[in-house]
Amino acid sequence: MSATATLPAPAAVPPPPPETVTVKVNGKTVQVPKTMPNWQGKPEPTTMLQAARVAGVEIPHYCYHDKLPVAGNCRMCLVECGTPMMGPDRKPVLNEDGTPKIARSVLPYEPGTPRGVIACATPISPGMEIYADSPATHQMREAVLESLLINHPLDCPICDQAGECKLQEYSVEHGQAESRFVEAKVHKPKAVDLGPRIILDDERCILCTRCIRFTKDIVNDDALGIVNRGSYNTISAFPGKAFDNNYTLNTVDLCPVGALTSKDFRFKMRVWFLKETSSVCTSCGTGCNITVGAREGVIHRFEPRSNDAVNGPWMCDSGRLNYKWIGRADRLREVRIGGRRSNWSTALREISGKLSTAPAGSVAIVASARQTNEELYLLKRLATRLGAITDSIVREGEADGLLVSADRNPNSNGVRLTGMAYTEAGIQLPKIAAGIAAGTIRSLIVFGEDVTAHGLDAGLLAKLDLLVVSDVLPNPTTEAATHLLPGAAPVEKRGTLVNTKGRLQKFNKAVEAPGDARPEVEFLQELVEAVAGPIGTATIEGLFNRMTAEIAGFGGVQWAAVGDTGITLSL
Amino acid sequence: MDFLQNLDPTVQFILFSVVKIGVVFGVTMSFVAYSVLVERKVSAWIQDRVGPNRTAPPMAQFVPILGPFLTRLGIFQPMADGLKFLLKEDFTPSYVRKVYFWIAPAIAVIPAFLTLAVIPFGSTLGNPGNKMVIADLDVGILYTFGIVSLGVYGIVLAGYAANSKYPFLGGIRSSAQMISYEIAMGMSVVSVFLLVGDLNLSKVIEYQAHGGWLVFKQPLAFFIFLVAAFAETNRLPFDLPESESELVGGYHTEYSSMKFALFFLGEYANMIASSAMMVTLFFGGWTLPFIGDPASGLLGGLLHIGIFVAKMCAFMVLFIWVRWMFPRFRYDQLMDLGWRRFIPLALANILVTALVVAFVNR
Amino acid sequence: MSTKVVERKPLTAWERSYVPSILGGLGVTWKHFKRTAPFLGNKPITMEYPEQKWVVPEGYRGAPYLVKDQDGATKCVSCQLCEFVCPPKAIRITPPGAEGQPADRANAEKMPLEFEINMLRCIFCGLCQEVCPEEAIFLQKDYSLTGVSREEMVYDKEKLLKLGGTHAGVQKWKHKLEEAAEQETFPVETAAATEATK
Ligand code: SF4
Ligand code: SF4
Ligand code: SF4
Ligand code: SF4
Ligand code: FES
Repeated sequence: MSATATLPAPAAVPPPPPETVTVKVNGKTVQVPKTMPNWQGKPEPTTMLQAARVAGVEIPHYCYHDKLPVAGNCRMCLVECGTPMMGPDRKPVLNEDGTPKIARSVLPYEPGTPRGVIACATPISPGMEIYADSPATHQMREAVLESLLINHPLDCPICDQAGECKLQEYSVEHGQAESRFVEAKVHKPKAVDLGPRIILDDERCILCTRCIRFTKDIVNDDALGIVNRGSYNTISAFPGKAFDNNYTLNTVDLCPVGALTSKDFRFKMRVWFLKETSSVCTSCGTGCNITVGAREGVIHRFEPRSNDAVNGPWMCDSGRLNYKWIGRADRLREVRIGGRRSNWSTALREISGKLSTAPAGSVAIVASARQTNEELYLLKRLATRLGAITDSIVREGEADGLLVSADRNPNSNGVRLTGMAYTEAGIQLPKIAAGIAAGTIRSLIVFGEDVTAHGLDAGLLAKLDLLVVSDVLPNPTTEAATHLLPGAAPVEKRGTLVNTKGRLQKFNKAVEAPGDARPEVEFLQELVEAVAGPIGTATIEGLFNRMTAEIAGFGGVQWAAVGDTGITLSL
Repeated sequence: MDFLQNLDPTVQFILFSVVKIGVVFGVTMSFVAYSVLVERKVSAWIQDRVGPNRTAPPMAQFVPILGPFLTRLGIFQPMADGLKFLLKEDFTPSYVRKVYFWIAPAIAVIPAFLTLAVIPFGSTLGNPGNKMVIADLDVGILYTFGIVSLGVYGIVLAGYAANSKYPFLGGIRSSAQMISYEIAMGMSVVSVFLLVGDLNLSKVIEYQAHGGWLVFKQPLAFFIFLVAAFAETNRLPFDLPESESELVGGYHTEYSSMKFALFFLGEYANMIASSAMMVTLFFGGWTLPFIGDPASGLLGGLLHIGIFVAKMCAFMVLFIWVRWMFPRFRYDQLMDLGWRRFIPLALANILVTALVVAFVNR
Repeated sequence: MSTKVVERKPLTAWERSYVPSILGGLGVTWKHFKRTAPFLGNKPITMEYPEQKWVVPEGYRGAPYLVKDQDGATKCVSCQLCEFVCPPKAIRITPPGAEGQPADRANAEKMPLEFEINMLRCIFCGLCQEVCPEEAIFLQKDYSLTGVSREEMVYDKEKLLKLGGTHAGVQKWKHKLEEAAEQETFPVETAAATEATK
């Protein structure tokens, strides 16, 4: 894991052009690098499956996975191939027209019978020909699928995997339409509770062992194995060992069929209804890339989105399940002034009126390292105009050595880059407290944090003339607010974050904010323009470009250059 | 009876006139109502349907056999229709020209009823002096044409007052159409009066009682009169002023409730008046080939009235029947037929009749 | 594409006088009148609807309802394929979720928490019946659906099941359960198998 989920090595000298091998895929000649990174990123001889990918041909496979050790047990990737024939003199045998004669996967012990080879584990050799579309290849695929379906329960209507199931997909693409199987099927345990977050249906398992390899080799938690023999092969957790590490849900994504399913997502929604939005997990500083699955404004699941520079194809369970608060019934959804419902224009007019006349040094701003760079940048503009003292709040936990970072804030680097906190976050808080106590600070603006838990207790807050609080869920600070501005959860807005390693990533809006709640950038922009003058751009893209041009740390990156997987900043 | 005989003749005349007006008006009104029913029923039968067969007062179902039978015939339908028209919201759109909008329906109905005043619908009833005609005018036919030409104002006014495009188009069409066909209609009767030599409608009937029905002597005149009558009453195939498929409802698009009902009433009253005119002018009025003399008794008088009404009904059915046989004329065809065919034909007819009267009959 | 020009014969003066068409028209209308009018033919071709009703033919596509199997169990397993395929989006299914009520049948694992068909939206296309892998929804013979409010026309699961009645089918889930119970060699005891043997 640690090997895969790192940033690309800083490329100081351009690497020498890789050695290549020439192979033919479906009759098309391609140059393929001789070695390719294996699941740990170490160079290994290129396999036929990888070579075919270079040629743009996808060979169906179950057990093979880019980021897992090769097992070669499902046989789905069987293809017919051929290698140049060698004469007894170790010279290639030539056809009449002078081209090398190709021997079609003929095995030495049974001359004349063509055999398939598994593309996932067979390295290529010079002059090799891969027939990914030949009749023999199709026959082999059909046969493999037929054998996989022998004991398969055809549970699709009640199977959560349906719609994204590789067995369904390959059966449609490569399988037979009719079943020839008339005997009774072998029945295996169903709906087995494998761990706190996983349910196993053994009948649906095709024994690819992806789950076993993942938990053993990636998470180093050797929890799963195969028991019983032959048709009774069954995946099982080792007795007395629960399958409960913080990465178990990745096996649900890995499992090509519906054998391993998530308890959280169980029977909740069919996958084809989910609208998928590219986003970033905000549960810790790693900033795993995710895909948000939502239907009609309701979030149903988070799934990892592959990004080798951050999280590879994985993410942790705690981050994945950390979405339920978004739909909570007690979400803040009303603009409130002095505890009474109001509206945006009144609230923003009042706030900007009071701030515009506030004497320098009488305003403090507590930002949050959960906010986006754009929001922080706007707050910074406000702080500069008001001469305000600013800070944000630290949120620490324990790193697990895999993905979860000790920094539980998703944008600590953003806070530092925009200058909302000094190199150390949190050191200005006592000063703010003292200022309020002394009466020099009359106005406080708090974004997304409960300051009562960080030294500014309710008594202090009561001394303020103006307490502007923007948050998503209620807490003691939001209760004390003179002006409460309901904000949006990350999945309800767009923006950028900088992770602990300096990866600048953007996320998109998946659902609408409830009630009056609005994305913070929108109302912050109105507020900042009313107090500190126009910014000159109305879009989040424009705001981002202005920010990166103004703040050296962002290195002048343009929004368009950020891409779906982000861009690394040199901090 | 004696009491009546002993009255002053003037008083007697006034009394009888009032009674006649009342009876004719009442009968015509119910005639209108039931001709609507007949129209609906006949239309239904021609189209293989059943027609109105549901409406019945609550008691009707308790009358054995007769109740269901009448219900099935739709006898109660006109009552329900009338009631509906009375009770519906009388809606006056805000953009109409109010005064004209209100008087237009009245102007459309009144002429239709006024025409009936000069039609002899029977010989005599009771005593010989008691002629079955409300006003036995010597210029009956001129009066009729004068009144009929007023009918167009109601429609034109309605089209104009509604202040909306479809009624407006309907109004324009109808004014051109009615004026055109009035000419043909008027000319077609000239030849009749050349033969009869009198403008009094009673005299026309008298003439026919002895000289045979005019339809045989003047078939062309009858034909022109018949077609023109269709045009005058805005009936298919000449219903351009209200053609639903083109003009929504034509001149009465904006009308509802009782005001709409008045237009409806007007149309049917016009049909009745036209039928009565045709019966009088061409089909011997209340006479039959073997009954020509004014009745002497009450019974005979009633019989004559019956004959008249029966003939009239036949024409009404013809009106209805024709409706399902023709597609609507195109406007240019309509004008062409009126001006380029019927008027020359009618003129020629007058000429020939005049020559015949001058040289043969003399 | 080829065009055939049909020659139009000029009308004769007789034809142009409208008279032949008028007479023809009178004939046609008279024929129909004679056939329909009471005391003449008395055979209208229309049907008097609320009293007389069409005999709905086999295969008619009326309102879609949910059916139960011969054991009285809900057949629908909330696969939501019908919801997906329904062109006017008339179907709305609330899946049970992990904690939801388990299916009526031991091993079918799930059934819908709520199943609504908005009969105002339904176009009776039959795609839901076509797509259903469980033979749980059928277009039946009801064609006259009425209600006094929009809400009333949204039929819920209970109503759909009541109207749908029973459809005897293969009972594949029951069959699977029996097959599993018969299999004496499988070394792992399953809850479902235990229940089935009871
Ligand atoms: S694993 Fe795939 S094929 Fe098997 S029941 Fe589930 S969806 Fe169907
Ligand atoms: S449970 Fe899924 S991932 Fe694991 S072996 Fe079976 S099919 Fe493969
Ligand atoms: S019949 Fe068609 S429209 Fe109606 S519910 Fe089924 S799929 Fe939807
Ligand atoms: S009715 Fe059929 S298609 Fe629709 S959810 Fe139920 S099982 Fe699936
Ligand atoms: S993918 Fe090659 S054997 Fe499974």
